Amino acid sequence: MRTYLCMILLCSTMIAQSQNCNYTLSGKIIDLHDNSVLPGATLIIAGLEKVVESDIDGLYTFTNLCEGTYTIQIAHPNCDTQAFKVKISSNTKRNFKLEHHLEELNAITLLASIYGSKTKTSFEQKVTEKQLDRFANASLGDVLNTLSGVSSLNTGNTLVKPMINGLHSSRVVIMNNGVRMEDQEWGAEHAPSIDINSVGNITLIKGAIGLKYSGDAVGGLIITEAAKIPVKDTIYGKTHVAAASNGRGGVITSSLTKSYLNGWYGSIQGSLKRFGDYETPDYVLSNTGIYSRNIAARIGINRFDYGVEAYYSFFKNEIGILRASHIGGASDQVRSINSGVPLIIRDFTYDIDNPKQDVTHHLFKIRGFKNFKNLGKVTLQYDFQRNERLEFDVRRSSDDDDRASLDLALNSQTIRLDLDTDNTDLFNLKTGIMAQYQENVANPNTGVRRLIPDYERFNFGIYGVADFSITDNFLVEVGGRFDYFNIDAQKFYRSSFWEDRNYDILFPEIVVEVFGNQLLTNPKLDYSNVSATLGTRYTFNDDYKLFANYSLASRAPNPSELFSEGLHHSASRIELGDLRFNSEIAHKVSVTLQKQGNTFGFSVNPYINFINDFILIEPTEIQQTIRGNFQVWEYRQTNATLVGVDVDASLTFNDNWNFYHQFSLVKGNDETRDLPLIDMPPVNTTNGLVYINKELKNLRVELKSEYTFRQNEFPDNNFEAFIPETSTQELVDVSTPPDAYHLLHLHTNADFSLSKNSTLNIGVSVSNIFDTNYRNYLNRLRYYADDLGRNFSINLKITY
Amino acid sequence: MKNIKYTILALATITGTLFTSCSSDDDAAPVVVNEEEVITTVTVTLAPITGSTITLTSRDLDGDGPDAPVLTVSGNLEANTAYNGSVVLLNETESPAENITTEVEEEDDEHQLFYTVGGGLNVTTNGFNLDGNGNVLGTTFMLTTGAASTGTFTVTLRHEPTKPNTGLTDAGGETDVSATFTDVTIQ
Repeated sequence: MRTYLCMILLCSTMIAQSQNCNYTLSGKIIDLHDNSVLPGATLIIAGLEKVVESDIDGLYTFTNLCEGTYTIQIAHPNCDTQAFKVKISSNTKRNFKLEHHLEELNAITLLASIYGSKTKTSFEQKVTEKQLDRFANASLGDVLNTLSGVSSLNTGNTLVKPMINGLHSSRVVIMNNGVRMEDQEWGAEHAPSIDINSVGNITLIKGAIGLKYSGDAVGGLIITEAAKIPVKDTIYGKTHVAAASNGRGGVITSSLTKSYLNGWYGSIQGSLKRFGDYETPDYVLSNTGIYSRNIAARIGINRFDYGVEAYYSFFKNEIGILRASHIGGASDQVRSINSGVPLIIRDFTYDIDNPKQDVTHHLFKIRGFKNFKNLGKVTLQYDFQRNERLEFDVRRSSDDDDRASLDLALNSQTIRLDLDTDNTDLFNLKTGIMAQYQENVANPNTGVRRLIPDYERFNFGIYGVADFSITDNFLVEVGGRFDYFNIDAQKFYRSSFWEDRNYDILFPEIVVEVFGNQLLTNPKLDYSNVSATLGTRYTFNDDYKLFANYSLASRAPNPSELFSEGLHHSASRIELGDLRFNSEIAHKVSVTLQKQGNTFGFSVNPYINFINDFILIEPTEIQQTIRGNFQVWEYRQTNATLVGVDVDASLTFNDNWNFYHQFSLVKGNDETRDLPLIDMPPVNTTNGLVYINKELKNLRVELKSEYTFRQNEFPDNNFEAFIPETSTQELVDVSTPPDAYHLLHLHTNADFSLSKNSTLNIGVSVSNIFDTNYRNYLNRLRYYADDLGRNFSINLKITY
Repeated sequence: MKNIKYTILALATITGTLFTSCSSDDDAAPVVVNEEEVITTVTVTLAPITGSTITLTSRDLDGDGPDAPVLTVSGNLEANTAYNGSVVLLNETESPAENITTEVEEEDDEHQLFYTVGGGLNVTTNGFNLDGNGNVLGTTFMLTTGAASTGTFTVTLRHEPTKPNTGLTDAGGETDVSATFTDVTIQ
């Protein structure tokens, strides 16, 4: 109601003042980022319904304007629609800046989007909604895997954990709709709790450059956002159905959005995904099915100067873990590795049995912003997350099949206040503070000692990022952030371990109570972390941009690195953390040269990352237990160096044909021991040929080749185990990487118009066309089974 | 304008309440979890018709903690003697100790015990007790010694083995117990 009143008032003032009506308003529409002109922008004067369009030089003119204050709405296909207030009392010249983004560069990773850049001086990679549509069946990790410099640490093919420039887990921060995901991301076999179908677009920032979000993203930041909703009276939706032969399952996902011109909007999205056992070229991967459900809803109001949004999402993922990967001690490991095929192969089924994971993630967020005239945009956000993680093991007694071996609930609440003074011409400042309270509760009824103890964690953060335009072509960004962490844990230690580690001498004061051969302790740990960035962007020759960045990132050790102490079944090894760890500190220097052009474009991004007190886990000894020998993996801190380069290139032959290329290389070295780091992604290159025909139903055919080299640099962690049946010591080869492999994929899709407002998009794909047998070095189940064989899939998407 | 202020105020209040309400239950100390799954103690009892009973015990009270299992053999076996063998599996982290043999016998089709001889020990095992399907379970057995010798004797418990099988090599499954007694002597 107030809106209408305002509008009436606004109109009446204009009528009242209509004495002189010969004024003109003219000027240029300019891209906020690089000051280039924007042709084809539509300018509307609210109330008068006068419409003009900016010409090829970005120029526009309104004539016959009366004295008064006008609201001008400017729309551009690649920008957010924005409104500006202009006071007219004479002929006025006024330039408007819009946030414009790069056009799609031949449909590969360097993509345009209508969404704002996250940083100004770093090279960001984007995945748009259109590209995401081809991945309805996949996981977030699979999608990111298609970007150069991103690989994934897999446990089978459904647990896909993104890895950026060789770093993963706690070193990769995921921001989901403005909320930092707190989903127990520390574990190597924990996949992000995000449904890819609820995501509108993804931005990837390599390195800890987005200080607004975190200071500990030593590897990088993944930012997912829901699709933007336009401010107009409309209702639209889409339904996506995808089915695949491998796993004999599919996905159905649907979304519906309603929005009003007055800024109100609401949107709801849901998806259901079900797959049975996946298959390699030769056998069924027993117990690898997946069943996931997701629902997300948001409601809000979006005005130019203020807005409020509430968002809730529920994600539930039930994932089977390859049955043959659940093994006892070292002698089982020898049998599994030497066998060459999984020791358990059963007929195909949709049933998901133990071992399995059942993860539920709730995310609630409420966010409000307001633009203040001389201050900028102030945003206040509160979020609540609850992550419930159940892991079911194969237990000795089948009575326990329904009882989880690990049952953790992690609750996190965060409140943050951000100020973005993006209005001034010379100097922009982004600053903010945040506070987080997190509580982990481990259910004691599992009958298995807690892997992660009960703990409370408090985090306080404050940051500031400023950018200056030194010249039109040269931009400098400087940022700093401080974080304070406090962990208050209640950890049970085995007395034998406590003494073995000398903790009885180092920390006698934290023992609370003794229970037989276990001790209850109360470790209270503090970390104060500083992070900083310095970045520049230099634009030259119109097409070229040079980005250079230095970042200092500090990461506090995670609960798994601090408190692990015991047998990790899914890895068949004993894992030991260390209470004495301090924060790891990374210095990363990265340079990107980017060329954009209509026929040829590329980006080259070399980088070096020096990480002090890098926390890694590696084998130290063999431990005797009543179940035989187990390899002991201990976390330790060392100095590490990661050097690498990521290359993207694209070549457009004509309107129909283009070619793209990606190449990623990373080398990791443990400086203290002068040994290669474990689990570094092997060199890989992706090349693709794309045929597009806009006249022929937007037909798009893509042939993609993926070549992964063998990882030749790896530490030797092999060990010998006693095998009773032969009375011999045998070598357990857990180090040797698998051979190089080449995969070929084909993807086609086309649009069919169903009615004025609805389109049917049909996609047909074949991945691993030649049914190649291969194993991936970064798949933790590579010891036991091959990776996936050929897969036919079909995608139907209706937009309406 | 005013609405926004109220919203922000309301938000701040809600948040404040949530923060405080969630940290109220932190005084309660967590409950200790005793490993239920663990087998701490394996005892093989070998009883001859006449003569002294020999026991072989492997005990590891801290489970997969750093302490290694302690293996004891109560004495030497007599040459050319038949022994009635039986095995008892215990979880001694609980009090009273839980007898896991009972559990193994209840789910006999999913378990099997194997006795492996190595290093020249002159011993044969047979006469194993059977599961409900007539396959070997092996919680009781016969052990027959030959001439004087020394070697290793390994007890293995496999969970979900392939049954029937010809021994450890084709049994598959997962190892729940693997205790190798060295220097077992027949005199």
